[in-house]
Amino acid sequence: MSWVDVAIQAGIWALEILVIAASVALSVAYIIYVERRVIGWMQVRKGCNRVGWAGLLQPIADGLKLFLKETIIPTTANKFLFVAAPVMAMAPAFIAFAVVPFGETTLFGLWETAHVMAIANINVGILYVMAISSLSIYGILMAGWASNSKYAFLGAIRATCQMVSYEISMGFAIVTVLMLSGTMNLAGIVHAQAGGLLHWYIIPLFPMFLVFFISGAAECNRSPFDLPEGESEIVAGFFVEYSGMWFATFSLGEYAAMILISLMTSILFLGGWHAPIAALDVIPGTVWLLGKAFFLIFVFIWFRATFPRYRYDQLMRLGWKVFLPWTLAWIAVIGICMYTPVIQDVIAFWRPGSGA
Amino acid sequence: MNLIQRAVRTWLLTELLRGMMLTGKYFFKKKITVEYPEERTPLSPRFRGLHALRRYDSGEERCIACKLCEVVCPALAITIESEERGDGTRRTTRYDIDMTKCIFCGFCQEACPVDAIVETQEFEYASETRAELYYTKDMLLKVGDRYEKQIDANLEADARYN
Amino acid sequence: MLEAAFFYLFGGLAVVAALGVVMARNTIHSVMFLIFCFFNASGLFFMLDAEFLGIILILIYVGAVMVMFMFVIMMLEVNFARLREGFLQYLPIGGAIAVMLLIELIAAATSGVFSSKTASTVEHFGREVNNTMEIGKVLYTKYLLGFEIAAIILLVALVGAVVLTLRSRKDAKYQVISKQVKVRKEDRLRKVEM
Repeated sequence: MSWVDVAIQAGIWALEILVIAASVALSVAYIIYVERRVIGWMQVRKGCNRVGWAGLLQPIADGLKLFLKETIIPTTANKFLFVAAPVMAMAPAFIAFAVVPFGETTLFGLWETAHVMAIANINVGILYVMAISSLSIYGILMAGWASNSKYAFLGAIRATCQMVSYEISMGFAIVTVLMLSGTMNLAGIVHAQAGGLLHWYIIPLFPMFLVFFISGAAECNRSPFDLPEGESEIVAGFFVEYSGMWFATFSLGEYAAMILISLMTSILFLGGWHAPIAALDVIPGTVWLLGKAFFLIFVFIWFRATFPRYRYDQLMRLGWKVFLPWTLAWIAVIGICMYTPVIQDVIAFWRPGSGA
Repeated sequence: MNLIQRAVRTWLLTELLRGMMLTGKYFFKKKITVEYPEERTPLSPRFRGLHALRRYDSGEERCIACKLCEVVCPALAITIESEERGDGTRRTTRYDIDMTKCIFCGFCQEACPVDAIVETQEFEYASETRAELYYTKDMLLKVGDRYEKQIDANLEADARYN
Repeated sequence: MLEAAFFYLFGGLAVVAALGVVMARNTIHSVMFLIFCFFNASGLFFMLDAEFLGIILILIYVGAVMVMFMFVIMMLEVNFARLREGFLQYLPIGGAIAVMLLIELIAAATSGVFSSKTASTVEHFGREVNNTMEIGKVLYTKYLLGFEIAAIILLVALVGAVVLTLRSRKDAKYQVISKQVKVRKEDRLRKVEM
């Protein structure tokens, strides 16, 4: 490979990264807008509709406001970590997007075979997402510690315990998917679900779908699991001392994580970029994937408009005493089914790689 | 039976779904937001907003400096000074209401024997400095002149309940 | 060429980070350096095409173990000045261990076991190796016994930890959440005829 090739490749990668990062940032802004409108509608209000047509410029106005605000650094804070924490909380959520396959394309017939639309289509994609998204804990932990404030610290402790606990049940829910698909490559998992609605993993793994999705809500500190913020008891949790752009960085990371969880749920359980019935294949796969992800984001927002916040001991109970045994049991069930003579043939329907 | 019913309810998250259906239903309901600067809610004739000093039809100010309002004011927002005017009547030389202190209880209006001090339906009198919210006699009289018709109409509408 | 550059980058940063762990005055900074060190180590794994190990290193060590570490360190009030007092006192022992480790590493590296001849880089090239699958196969066949023993030991440790920390105090009030969750409207509400 000559230097020119390397340069071209690097340029292409840079372009891909730029496109995905920019569109994620932009969609975060508009998801906040959608959230405000949807919650407004569910509360019989109209929501923000003043800035621009139907309030569509509201996120830009908000961003501008936050950008122009003064960033206050507390005198007793650990300056370096205080400033680094928001970046550390946001970066993992963005980095994880590197392996998310947004669909398959032949680039309008330019390529002979269909390529997966991901920056890096690596073999251990699903593990990569899990590993990287677990890193955002450090941003939160650092924010809580470096602020040198008791509320921030309490929020950070809550966030960490919660994320560590729910990561486990999430991981086990993923294991059941891996058992059926036989691959950790995200595109491979989607391929394993080809062939319409019945092949989607939501059918055999419905409880795991619920566990994964609800754990996902807990993982990105969404309501009803937003105890780390808990404005009624610990003000705003770990980012109580942050203002202006640093504060915006935190919510950027939080919402990016929410998009990521929605995309992962669609890829793992809802057939990724496949249409539910073959007749609907005319609509491009990417549209399907984004549509499913958007629906799940809507459900997250719906959760927020509906459910009151959990109490902390209830939260821990749900993670450790309900989700964890339930996922472990389901792993055993799937495992036993895969080796029981008659059921084996039934379950083979969802295991295209097994050769059955 | 009860146990099975409970298990089904718990594991199928029926209660959560019912909650979500409720909010989902409200999602499509007609919204009750009043978009304020363009739309307004109707105000009661008894609405207690900015104060005004009234005049008689002849143009003579009503206030007789009895200071009942000053006494009754729970927030001590009213300051009155008075002396004898040339025609032998007692008139105020100073009648100030500090709007930053006023709690809009309407006691001054109730106490006034000549209906001189009233509260109008005006509530958009925000200012950029606190000093502008210190209303002097001239200002209050001006307010009264401006809202004369409105005040009359409101008193008329409310009269049958007195 | 590029690979060598990345190797020296990861290796060098790992060494720098490791030094940072020991030298940093603030324990939180030490932990951050350790995390950075793990990152570089996993980068080295990636360069060896061992993506599974690299990811697992981040997932387990950075994502879980170090969080617990950091928790403990945040909770402890460490007096740095007093810790530094005995620094020179332990230098001989620490230094001796370090030298011994260095000698061992050099001995291992030059023994020929890790030489380029024995490493199976050539047959590995150009072949799609799913090393997750390979590790799984080896782990559950050749090393099954060891794997199971390790699992049992971990289970025992887990149960032990639970038993050690579980104290059911008689004088404390507990909330039984499963009971709270089970409560229905009918259990608590009753209509009173007036």
